[in-house]
Amino acid sequence: MTPQMAEPILQVQAISLSFKGVKAINDLSFSVRRGEICALIGPNGAGKSSLLNILNGVYRPDSGEVVFEREHFRGIHPLEAARRGIGRTFQNNALFKKMTVLDNLLTGLSRHTQSGFFAQALGLPRARHEARQFRERAENILEFLELQPWRSVAVGKLAYGQQKRVELGRALIAEPRLLLLDEPMAGMNAEEKHEMSRFILDINRDLGTTVVLIEHDIKVVMGLSNHVVVLDYGRKVGDGTPTEVQSNPEVISAYLGTVH
Amino acid sequence: MNQHSHSLPASYDAAPLELTRRAWPWPLLTLLLVAFVLIPVLGDDYWLNAILIPFLILSLAGLGLNLLTGYTGQTSVGAAGFMAVGAFATYSLLLRVPGLPLPLALVGGGIIAAGVGFVFGIPSNRIKGFYLMVTTLAAQFFLEWVFTKFPWFYNYASSGTISAPRLELFGYDLHSPLGRYLLVLTSVVLLTWIAVNLVRSQIGRNWMAIRDMDTAAAVIGISVDRHKRLAFAVSSFYLGVAGALWAFAYLGTASASSFDINRSFQILFIIIIGGMGSIAGNFIGAAFISLLPLLLNQIGQGLLSGMVDAGQLQNLQKIIFGMLIIWFLVKEPEGLIRLLANLGERLKAWPLRF
Repeated sequence: MTPQMAEPILQVQAISLSFKGVKAINDLSFSVRRGEICALIGPNGAGKSSLLNILNGVYRPDSGEVVFEREHFRGIHPLEAARRGIGRTFQNNALFKKMTVLDNLLTGLSRHTQSGFFAQALGLPRARHEARQFRERAENILEFLELQPWRSVAVGKLAYGQQKRVELGRALIAEPRLLLLDEPMAGMNAEEKHEMSRFILDINRDLGTTVVLIEHDIKVVMGLSNHVVVLDYGRKVGDGTPTEVQSNPEVISAYLGTVH
Repeated sequence: MNQHSHSLPASYDAAPLELTRRAWPWPLLTLLLVAFVLIPVLGDDYWLNAILIPFLILSLAGLGLNLLTGYTGQTSVGAAGFMAVGAFATYSLLLRVPGLPLPLALVGGGIIAAGVGFVFGIPSNRIKGFYLMVTTLAAQFFLEWVFTKFPWFYNYASSGTISAPRLELFGYDLHSPLGRYLLVLTSVVLLTWIAVNLVRSQIGRNWMAIRDMDTAAAVIGISVDRHKRLAFAVSSFYLGVAGALWAFAYLGTASASSFDINRSFQILFIIIIGGMGSIAGNFIGAAFISLLPLLLNQIGQGLLSGMVDAGQLQNLQKIIFGMLIIWFLVKEPEGLIRLLANLGERLKAWPLRF
């Protein structure tokens, strides 16, 4: 099934957000269909990260609402967003530096922990069973993202690109239905970008995860996504397939610069 | 690497079993055998009383503080205050609840200390780092004052001290050095086992996540405030039990001044020297802190007795002790446990280092 035919998993409806009177997002609406990879592009300060922060509940919009899987939200709490299946990575890695790769992945399952304090303290069968299940999920992620060799290495000692992958894994381990990636390829070289694109495509195809990502590299965006939303000064100036967006004159002048 | 396929396997039967199956921990079992069998047979009263009992209790106190400071990242200089709560609460329970078995009194004292720790942990919602440390300093002085000011806590004794009303288990008298040693050892082993479970569990990972980056922990769905308070409570439970053992199994008679700020610093030094965020580090740090002065004393008396007067010799020991601490921390800021681990790694490769 092509994403174009699927129902929307996420609808942004007339969202506005301002910081002390400065409009960051202005009456923005678009929708993301289940199973697609949607790229948000636009110059710095266009409101892309602010939008992701609204989607997973870090910010609350001044007006408008977000519809996720047919449920309407004005402001959603980050814990609630996570529980409903919205996963997220950050522009600057937000990893736990002294903990191992494996432990970092497992923190992604914290809010899914069922066993209580005494079960964990005394190592009761319930807690052991849960720990085994969590460990299996973590091992699957390690294999999927090719991180096994660094399983017990402290994350702070890894290269930047590998850290980005660990953060992706930490979001992925909770099996989100919608994955928000804030500049997953920032600061990477061409080879690392290629590798990360491959992981994102695999996640989308094999796990059926809908992906919304922010990316600056236009070549990567065109190759990766099947839906592009262009923002400029908090407004939407383009929305469509990569080819449609590329030929939109307003987009060209706002983002790509005037044609020479 | 790159030819790996990316699909998730439907079942994952092979690898995790290999990875989760544990070998028998022979070194640990040997250690326990030595502690429970060999030492009781061979150890004399001096060794038990003056060396092993305080070493074990200080290790336990270090463990308690390490859960809060080393694992959760909340620095506390009020450790001895919570030890005092445990000691006075256990005393009260033994005195005022007739027929209460000793283990229950110890656990009860620990729970009361946990409650007090929980209350003093509430500011950690708002206060961080250096400022939180100052509130734990306030806790230290406040608690010391409470146990001096209100005679009810020491049953109106004119001396202001408490001593174990009874020290027995199932009719066995535990007043002998061996009895007290076994009481302390059993408590320490049980509580260490629980601590190992905790730090390897999801709770332990949440604590470490908060230590490494609390904002990120909050965003990925860890309830930061709740886990900080939990760390304060659990840490204070351990410190409370350690305090009760310190008062009744080591000192015999204690007062609020047995748990003064110097004791707090001693426990803090144990975890800094031994290793933050390490369980074994507490034992190594406690060994360093309690055994090294004895060793220096022996050496000093052997080498310099007669030449230097006794008071000067004591000061000289303190100077050497302080310098050794500085030297170790410069060599390895992550503590002795890291130094030992590195040494172990090198020994594994020895003599084929290249």
